[in-house]
Amino acid sequence: MSLQLLQLYVFVLAAFVGFLVITRVPPLLHTPLMSATNAISAISLVGSLVAAGSDKGTVSTVLGFIAVTAATINVVGGFIITDRMLKMFKREPKPDAAKAAGTPAPGGK
Amino acid sequence: MREIFTQFSYLAASVLFILGLKSLTHPDSARRGMQQAALGMLLAIIGTLVQMDIVRYDWILAGLAIGTVIGIPLGVMVPMTAMPQRIAISHMFGAMAATLVGVAEFWVHGAEIGHAKMAALGFEVLFGALTVTGSFMAFGKLQEIITGRPVTYKGQNFVNVMLFGATLAMFGYLIVNPFSPVVFYSMIGLSLLIGIFMVLPIGGADMPVVISLLNSYAGLASSATGFAIGNNVLIIAGALDGASGFILSLIMSKAMNRSFGNIIFGAFGAAVVKSDKTSAGLTVQSISAEDAAIQIAYAKLMIVVPGYGLAVAQAQHQVRELAELIEKKGGEVKYAIHPVAGRMPGHMNVLLAEANVPYDRLYDMDEINSEFERADVCLVIGANDVVNPAARNDPSSPIFGMPILNADKAQRIIVMKRSMNPGFAGIENELFYNEKTSLLFGDAKASLSKLVAEVKQA
Repeated sequence: MSLQLLQLYVFVLAAFVGFLVITRVPPLLHTPLMSATNAISAISLVGSLVAAGSDKGTVSTVLGFIAVTAATINVVGGFIITDRMLKMFKREPKPDAAKAAGTPAPGGK
Repeated sequence: MREIFTQFSYLAASVLFILGLKSLTHPDSARRGMQQAALGMLLAIIGTLVQMDIVRYDWILAGLAIGTVIGIPLGVMVPMTAMPQRIAISHMFGAMAATLVGVAEFWVHGAEIGHAKMAALGFEVLFGALTVTGSFMAFGKLQEIITGRPVTYKGQNFVNVMLFGATLAMFGYLIVNPFSPVVFYSMIGLSLLIGIFMVLPIGGADMPVVISLLNSYAGLASSATGFAIGNNVLIIAGALDGASGFILSLIMSKAMNRSFGNIIFGAFGAAVVKSDKTSAGLTVQSISAEDAAIQIAYAKLMIVVPGYGLAVAQAQHQVRELAELIEKKGGEVKYAIHPVAGRMPGHMNVLLAEANVPYDRLYDMDEINSEFERADVCLVIGANDVVNPAARNDPSSPIFGMPILNADKAQRIIVMKRSMNPGFAGIENELFYNEKTSLLFGDAKASLSKLVAEVKQA
């Protein structure tokens, strides 16, 4: 029982950290947040690898194989798309950069 | 030695994941942080592969290869407009992995599973299975393979409650009698059904909540996998994902002034509450692109309110072009983003960022609502419910109480609309009949291109 209790500690503390960190993510980045957490939770790949590779019978191996495939899709696709999105978020170009491009500096900030 | 390496790789991964999420609190640090998280993932994978338990690599390598081949195009090629369905399908893959690991675990260790482990395993396959079908349904609706309108029938809530009750009863039975294969597999079957029935009655406008909720479930299923196979990094990463999805669903339902239960049990689509107010006797003023351009061209402040229609028309680049022209003429353009605009949290932000709109021009509802009064023009592009004043002043309206953008406070309002059909929720929008409002009919992309051409000449 003590093992399960320890796991529960880990879960509660991690959820707590997650709550504190994620409430500070601005709405601006909510879509990247979603794809990021999705990529991160594809860590279930770790469990899938064990199921596919520990040779405990055909059923376990095949189910593990499908799970590895599904989780890898999320790891690879998830981190790539998150990076692609985050790359797009840019600040306003500096006024002198705008001048150099031949346009007057935009009003406001 | 190997065991220690494995455990340390998991610990490092956990820390890097948390740092990665922390970096998302600011767009400037986000990219680097997420690259570190990806490194953490790589470490955890290597740490797992060197483990003693793993004795054969053929199936692993095949899975990794196929997953990579499918994953790369899903990451590189999917356009930003298709992001909601892309995210929905990835929830399906995540939950599928968790569920299958659970089934494999039960298959191998079925007879020796204790009560506590069964609780974790049951939770894993229950939430995993319903997320698999639920996410697939959400994907289907967003991709328009399945009708995006709410599908309802008589006694729907009764059927759903019965299904859920039966599943929970099986779950309870399994905890008491862990080795009951028939019950275990039946529970998975029912969970798959629940996922379908749960998303069936949900309409497109409610998708942000559903996607967030499925995000949370997928995370919890991963976390439960960690409990079942005794792996802390899974517990931690799953908990982070679960917390994130949960927070997002709370934010989304708050932005729609609705409770979780209300959305899950499909009240929006099921009970089509007709508002007392009708359009009878009211007229709308339509406007030509030429006239609209004159109003826009010399605006000191224009606020753009984007909605799902912007994504459908893929008009984000034209919006930016128009904004740049106005800025050249000395005006200022700001974007007002409602939390539930579009089909997923932050949908409008990624769309506009893709079109090179600087992120400091994108404002949250609370930041910008006081500025509408100052705005010479408010340009509403394919948004409806989020600017409907009925939310403020019509208690009979189904969206009454929902926080909205104060578009009606602007000096002039130009609404881009395809036709006079009411929005997704089927609610009349009195903003359209406001005397300050003019409607510019047509495809948003074509209309914006016309506006750009006209403003250039003005």
